[in-house]
Parts: sequence; structure tokens; C-alpha cells
Amino acid sequence: MRFLLSVLLLLGLATTPALAADAAKGKAAFMKNGCWQCHGEVGQGGAAGKTLAPKPMPLEAFNVFVRNSNGQMPPYPKEILSDADLADIHAYLQSIPAGKDYKGIPLLSQ
Amino acid sequence: MARKDRRRFLTGFVAASAASALTPSMTRGAEEESAQKELAQNTRAPSALPPNAQVAAAETQTPHELPPNRIGGPAGSDFMVDVIKTLGIKYCPANCASSYRGIHESLINYGGNKMPEFLTCMHEESAVAMGHGYFKVSGKPLMTLCHGTVGLQHASMAIYNAWCDRVPMIVIGGNDLDASTRPPSVPTFHSAQDINALVRDFTKWDDTPVSLQHFAQSMVRAYKIAMTPPYGPVMIALDAGLQQEPAKGHGGDKLYIPRYVPTAPPAGDSGAVKEAAKLLAEAQNPVIVADRLARTPNGIKLLVQLAEALQARVIDQQSRTNFPRTHYLSAPPSAVQGADVILGLELADFWNTVNSWTDNGEHGVGRNSSRIKQGTKLISINASDLITKSNYQDFQRFQVIDVQMAADAEATLPALIEAVRSAIPAARRSAIAQRGEAAKKAHAEDHARTRQAAALGWDASPISTARLCMETYNAVKALDWSIVSQSGNVSNWLTRLWPIEQHHHWLGRSGGYGVGYGAPASVGAALANRDAGRFSVNIQADGDLMYAPGVLWTAAKHKIPQLAVMHNNRGYHQEVMHVQRLANFRSRASNYGGDLGPVGTRIENPDIEYHKLAESMGWWARGPIKEASQLAAALREAVKVVQSGTPALLNVWTQPR
Repeated sequence: MRFLLSVLLLLGLATTPALAADAAKGKAAFMKNGCWQCHGEVGQGGAAGKTLAPKPMPLEAFNVFVRNSNGQMPPYPKEILSDADLADIHAYLQSIPAGKDYKGIPLLSQ
Repeated sequence: MARKDRRRFLTGFVAASAASALTPSMTRGAEEESAQKELAQNTRAPSALPPNAQVAAAETQTPHELPPNRIGGPAGSDFMVDVIKTLGIKYCPANCASSYRGIHESLINYGGNKMPEFLTCMHEESAVAMGHGYFKVSGKPLMTLCHGTVGLQHASMAIYNAWCDRVPMIVIGGNDLDASTRPPSVPTFHSAQDINALVRDFTKWDDTPVSLQHFAQSMVRAYKIAMTPPYGPVMIALDAGLQQEPAKGHGGDKLYIPRYVPTAPPAGDSGAVKEAAKLLAEAQNPVIVADRLARTPNGIKLLVQLAEALQARVIDQQSRTNFPRTHYLSAPPSAVQGADVILGLELADFWNTVNSWTDNGEHGVGRNSSRIKQGTKLISINASDLITKSNYQDFQRFQVIDVQMAADAEATLPALIEAVRSAIPAARRSAIAQRGEAAKKAHAEDHARTRQAAALGWDASPISTARLCMETYNAVKALDWSIVSQSGNVSNWLTRLWPIEQHHHWLGRSGGYGVGYGAPASVGAALANRDAGRFSVNIQADGDLMYAPGVLWTAAKHKIPQLAVMHNNRGYHQEVMHVQRLANFRSRASNYGGDLGPVGTRIENPDIEYHKLAESMGWWARGPIKEASQLAAALREAVKVVQSGTPALLNVWTQPR
């Protein structure tokens, strides 16, 4: 399955919604669809889900992964998460600024 | 059993009760006459008749002098207390119950409420879990008393946790066996033929003593079995009649108390130890995995010696502190991937150490895959192999092992270390040293990577779990701290970020993963830390606390200080994705019912005010704290309160994990 995903990405077969993505709507969709439960409200990740932000994966790869995941995250079909919502979620993740370097945080650099 | 005296006692008890029920307080002089007249006028009899002259006399006259001890000698349960005192059990956390009233009375009056001291608990599950936490700090078991049926059913989940976590605990359940003499109604609902059957699948041993001498043997044997590795809970059914009858031996024999002598733990077979040492010494990349290895602080020292002799990386699966997290050989779970020899020490789940399971298969069945190279040799030293039972599946999936020792790992390590040192060929010493240098580099890289991951979402609101953990560490780092519990899941930040080096720094998890362990285990562990002069920190999950929050009162009542920092993510997060996953597989949106997660998985609307809950039970508490910037000051204040001897709780709203 991982091989198939890679091929899809290379061939550009992943669908990209032709919609203007909206980060504010994306944040609402991120919360409404429960993405935050595993990935954290700012996409920081943790034991339950991978880090999504800052610097999320490209939209095409993001779409392919969400629709076809065969890892710990179950795939999200269009029936429960539309292309428009997915694009908005990606826009929200892109809007999250880069975090601080840990060396600049005294509690982490001690 | 000497039933005659007991029958007389119970008859007296019933007669006195009946007299009381028929004797209203206003039955004197004119009032009595008036009542008699009224009775004569009414055709319908009242529900409680006025006393006749005989009953009234019995109520008002000085009673005949009773013998100094109406059971005719020292109480049987006094002797039981004498037996218990020889074992050095310091506390008895318990919820009171009539079926053990005999021994309860003896403990607090005859025994002076010391060794053991009775600790008032509000749930039997809390009492057992307190013993669980206490043992992990002190290395000493506690006993608990419970009603043999209802109380034992309450206690059973905590006993299962202790069983899975290999923790000793002596559970004594009161039961009234003699159907012809036991009180009717409620006490009979609370009696059974064999109360021990309820927990037999997950206790090491149980007994039902039928005489006081039998009790003495059972109690010492129970302690001995519980404390022989592999440790585990044991159960004694204690007949109510036996507690209440006079203390005497068979046929006038004097009662005696057997001496407790500890049993040496089982060590690995010498041939298997040599074979394992040869594999490890000749390996290109040996990896050690430890789960419940360190029964005592000495287990950590031994593992450091073995790891350094081999310059082998160590994965600590953290059911105990087995290895210092700050040591350069400390490694993440992924380190098994490159291993050619893996040594597993007291692993709860060897299969899952070397394989993985993904809950995303084609037909709703998870997929298995290997985490390790083909041909990797596996060695296991595990005392759990000696007590495998059938029903409950805590023995996990079957894993083929190349060299398997049914033995206690800590007891086996001295021989294995010597054997490894002897088996390392001179020609390998340089390569082994180079392995150590590579491990130092990998450890430094992992250290930086972990901290960078912790920095993500650092200022988020609700507060990130990494920030929660590090603000807490900053507040206690100058103290002799002990993490007494981590219920819920904070992405393992405590063990990834705190410098965990000593046995009491980190106590592991519940064993059986029964939610509701965290709060009471933290109180038990904090009790042991209080006696040792240490500072207890508990990262307390919201769902866990609500199973039996009465343990907060027990902590305040018995002056057991701890700092509880709530990981309040307002949900049963572990269950969220189970529901969501199934909804996705079935291509339908999950019903959130107006909350932020699937119906049945959220603890919100209304939000629970844990700070008020704690405050109502005698704790110092503050909250809700939702902004990271507010946390440091609140923690400083709370630490001072705890240092003064009062438990303190901060209700902190957190990210899910």
C-alpha cells in the first residue's frame, strides 16, 4: 500500500480540490472532525498522532494520505470529510507558525 | 469451630435489638397510662406497642453484672492481630464492613491501631490500589480488609491490576459461613460459600482458615507467597465466627505463631545463563529490553553493569524504573530494529516488543508485522513464566524464544554479568567500545529531537502536555521527587523529559490498565514517600479520578501530602479513536452530540470542577488553569502547600495528549 501511495504521488494522480482554501474554516473543520484529538489543536502531534504542523506535507500528499492511510490513522472517506474541508484543514495547518527552537526555551534547554 | 459461645452471643444480640425496637423513649408515668387508655379505645393496633411491665423493667433497672469478657476469654481476632503484627505490615487501608467487625475491633483497640494502622477508605478498589502504590515505593506489602462479597467485588479490578503488575497484596475478606447462626437478611446477602472464587484467577494463592491456628499458618504463608518473586496478590477468606470466638487451640493446645522466613527468588539455570551470555558477548548489536526487571533499586545497578559490559543499548518499557534515562545507553523502542540479539528482562509482552499490530486491516482485523530482522536471537528471563494461569489473558500472545529462563531476572543478573564478562572474546573488545561511542551519539541526537518535539505547541491553550510536564518538573526539581502516578496519557513526556534515574522516580503503570488506578495508587505511593521524607508528584487524569474520587478525602484525612496536577483533557481520549475508526471503516460521520468527540467519550457539558471537588475533601486546590503562562506561579504556591503537609491539586486544562 505504501508503494501504491508513492506511485500515486509521483504520477500526480492525487486529486487537488479546485477551491480557495480558508484557514479559519480549516481550523473549525480540524476541530469538528476530531483531527485535534490525536494531533493536538495546533498540529503538534504526540503519542496518538504524528506532528502535522508547522510545515505540513504538500496538499497532494496530504490528500492521498488522509484518503488511503493504512497506518495507525484510519482512512477518511469523502462521505465523512469533504475535499473542501480537507483543503481548508491543510490551509489551517499551513497557517500555523513555526514553533520556537527548544534551545530558546529555558525549561527545555536546562 | 466453637459455635456454642457464638450462638449464645448472637442470641443475646438479637434479643437486645428486639427489646430496643419495642421500647419508645416516651414511656413513663402518666404518659404510659395515657397510652394504655388510648390503646384500649382504638380498635386498630399501633405499629409499635408500648412496653409491658417486664420490658419496661428491663429498660429501667440496673442490669445484672456481666462477666468481664462475655465471650469467655481473649478474642480470636486478638490472636489474629498478634499474628499480623509479626509480619511488620504498617498500614491497612480498608472500607469498614460488618463481616470483619471482629478483627476491625481488635486492630484498633487490642492492637492500638499501629502496625498496621487502619486507614479509612471510601472504596475497596481505592484500598487495594493504595497498597499497590505503597509497595512500589517501599517494597513492603500492605493488607486490606473487605466485605467478602460486595467489598471484594469492588476490590476485584484493583486486585487484577496488582496481579498483572506483579505486586504483592494481602486481601482479607470477611465472610459468615455458618448459615444457621449468621445474621439474616443483609449479612446473608453478603455471605458466600467460597468468596475466594471471585479472584482465584488472578491471585497467587488463597485459603479459608477454619481455626485460629489455621489462620496463623495461612497468614504467614500468604505473606510468604505474596513476597516470593514473582510477587502477586493473595486472598484469605476470614470467617466472622472465627473472629468472634475465644482464642484457644485444638484440644487445649496453646496457639503459636509460625516464624516468617523469606524465600529466595528463583534464579536462572546455569547452563541457560552461559548460553545467553555467549550469544550476547558475540553479538554485533545486542539490545536489552527491560520491563519489570528492577524489583528493587539494586536491579538498576545490575542492569547498568550488564549494559556497560556489553555497551548494549537498553530500552526501558517503564513498568518500573529499570535504567537511568540519562544514561547514554538508554534507547527508544525503535532500537530493536537493528538488533541481532535481544535480551528481554521481565517483559509483560515479548510479542509486542518484536512485532507490531496495526488496527487498520482490510476487513476490520488488525495487521501483524515484525519490528526486527529475520534471524534475530531472542533471550528471555521472566518469573511470570512460573505463574501462568488460563482464564485471564495477561500472558499475552505466544512468542518463540531461543533461550528462555523461567526465573527472576534481578536474581539472575549477577550470574549473567559474570558469564558475559568471561565470554567476551578479547578480539571483540575494541568493537564493543566503538558500539558505545555510537550509542553516545544516538543518545545525544535523541535528546535534542525529543526537546524540539516538546517545543511544538509550547504556548498553546489548553496547555500542551509537554509544557505541563516541564513546568511541573521546574517546580519540584530541587526536591527529592517521586512521580507517584501518571494516569491517562501525556505522550510519555515525563519519562522522555524528566531525568529519571532512581527507583522511586518513576513507578510505572497499573499493570492491568484498569482505569481508576491512578488516583488511589498515587495516594498509597505518597504515603510511603511521606514516611521516607520525599515529595510526591501525580499527573492525574480526569477520567481516572472520577472512578472513586473519595480517595482524595482519605489523603486529607490521614495527612498524606502530594502535588496532583490534573491532565484534564475533558475526555476518555483512549476511546475516541476506537469509535472514530469504526465510523470511518463504515463510511459514516461520527455522532458528536454537540460535544468535541464521539458520544460517550467526552467529559464536558458540564465541565467538572476538580479543584472544587478536591477542596470539598480537605485539599488545597486551584483552577481551572487554561493558559500556560499561569501555570508556573500556581505550581510554586502548590509546592509550598504540599511541603507544609497538605495535599494540593491544580486543575489544568490540557491538550488531548
